Amino acid sequence: MAYVIELRHVDKVYKGSPDVQVLFDINLAFEAGSFNSIVGESGSGKSTLMNILGTLDIPSAGEVVIEGRSIAPMGRDSLAELRNRTIGFVFQFHYLLPEFTALENVLMPHAIGRQRPNREAMEWADELFEFMGVAKVKHNRATKMSGGQQQRVAIIRSLINKPKVVLADEPTGNLDSQNTAIAYEKFRDINQRYGTTFVIVTHDRRIAEQTDRIVEIRDGRLLLDIGK
Amino acid sequence: MALPLRIAIRFLLSGKGQTLLIVGGIAIAISVQVFVGLLIESLQAGLIAQTVGNSPQVTIRSAEENVTISGWVEIVTGITALTDTKQVGVAASANAFVRKGNDTVPVLVRGLDQVAISEVYGISSAIYQGQDIQSSGEVLIGRNLSDKLSITTGDRVQVSTPGGAVVDYRVVGLFDLGVAAVDGSWLVTNLRTGQSLFGFGDRVTSIDVTVFDVFLADAVAADIAQQLDTDKLEVTNWKDENGQLLRALESQSLSNNIIQAVIIVSVAIAIASLLSITVLQKRRQLGILKAMGIKDRAASLIFILQGLLIGAMASVVGISLGLGLLYSFTVFATTGGESVIEFAVKPAFILRSLAISILASAVAGLIPASRSLRLNPIDVIREG
Repeated sequence: MAYVIELRHVDKVYKGSPDVQVLFDINLAFEAGSFNSIVGESGSGKSTLMNILGTLDIPSAGEVVIEGRSIAPMGRDSLAELRNRTIGFVFQFHYLLPEFTALENVLMPHAIGRQRPNREAMEWADELFEFMGVAKVKHNRATKMSGGQQQRVAIIRSLINKPKVVLADEPTGNLDSQNTAIAYEKFRDINQRYGTTFVIVTHDRRIAEQTDRIVEIRDGRLLLDIGK
Repeated sequence: MALPLRIAIRFLLSGKGQTLLIVGGIAIAISVQVFVGLLIESLQAGLIAQTVGNSPQVTIRSAEENVTISGWVEIVTGITALTDTKQVGVAASANAFVRKGNDTVPVLVRGLDQVAISEVYGISSAIYQGQDIQSSGEVLIGRNLSDKLSITTGDRVQVSTPGGAVVDYRVVGLFDLGVAAVDGSWLVTNLRTGQSLFGFGDRVTSIDVTVFDVFLADAVAADIAQQLDTDKLEVTNWKDENGQLLRALESQSLSNNIIQAVIIVSVAIAIASLLSITVLQKRRQLGILKAMGIKDRAASLIFILQGLLIGAMASVVGISLGLGLLYSFTVFATTGGESVIEFAVKPAFILRSLAISILASAVAGLIPASRSLRLNPIDVIREG
């Protein structure tokens, strides 16, 4: 099966005095349509790994390959375009734009890539709002929604461009257990319905156990890589 | 452009109070710029109109004393054909004495053609009693002279020349040009009357020219001089004869320009610093937009557009306020019941102010825009 994202011999060193190396020779690849988790303690390097997977951060050594193409020669604009087309992000703190409504937030990645939302994007957004159970807050400002609703809107936003892969960093980190369960059900549903690849970073093993593959990282090194 | 504009508008609307404060502050600065600029321009225009408005800006006389100009019709035709000249009149003038009853005072008899009376010197429109000259033998006199000799319209006055001619004329109108020297010593009649009183025949003593741009009078004078035999004729212009006034006007213009520049620079600095704060405030939003794939150029365009929008709003409000201030000034600042300046909206000045302040705002937006370029989404995401 084809890989959506591959990391080849990736190191990450933060320059300073002294330099701090947070990732050591990481080799990792995610198959298209797979449902994965990355687990590890706080400070293990999992968020850095996630940021490198999402092209938001660059490795100090090694290579990142997305859909078979190395990102090394790409400039900032090409990377921005690649992120917009291929990757959906769900951040721990939701990061909705408070100046815009839920629907406008959701359509933002589409607008960034294609300028004007077309009928197809609107219908897809409507479908996702229904599917995630937040259709009634569609026209609310981000600040006029509960934490759980904001999280679900952020998930919809990550899916609007039908990305190949969704990278979710502690997506349920500040949700209660009920909302956490709902979010993971939705991730799984979307994975099965649309074949979207999921890579979920979490420090919670119980959540990771619901995924098909668990990658454990400790002190910047791959410790375990277990598939079901 | 559409998305950055939408985001820029939404960012401005999300902090309505802050936006209003910024726009208000900048609008006040622009209103001062417009008010001061228009005030000084109007004052200058008033001063110029008073000084050279009711007089020729270029005059052609004989190069020799007491010699009159013959063949003036061709000269007038040639000067009229020049594009920069507005009106060309002729005068047959000389000193004489006017007598009414037992009082005799020296006067300058000015025999003017119709263009000179009504256009070059604007005497026709300055008549406050009686009427304009209709035929030979009729004269107009200024307010001060009429007061001095207790003359009113319909009176007859006796004019005697140094050459011994003594003629009676009928005063048909009184004028007030607001210039004491003219209103107190001029006795205005038509050209033919002047010529026959002094025995000039068909000749004149001067050709009086007004120009469209009074500040180009010296250039027009040089053009006219090229057409003439300068050994016989002398061309003078108001700029050569009013050096002090010109220097005063120039330094006033300079100080006006300095004030304008200082205000524009301060407006630009204010917008730049306020928008830089906005970049900090919107750091998180920028980071997430960049993570979602917005390109650096589009992200920085948001701040340039914010600068432009603030500048455009502040300019419109500021210019309206400035005009309001100017109007109030014309209503309340009066001397002897008359406004110090005339309220005049100068579209060229307004458009220039509008263009400069909007341009300055866009340039001011470049500073925060470059700050936004440096923002890396990873910094925002790491901060949480």
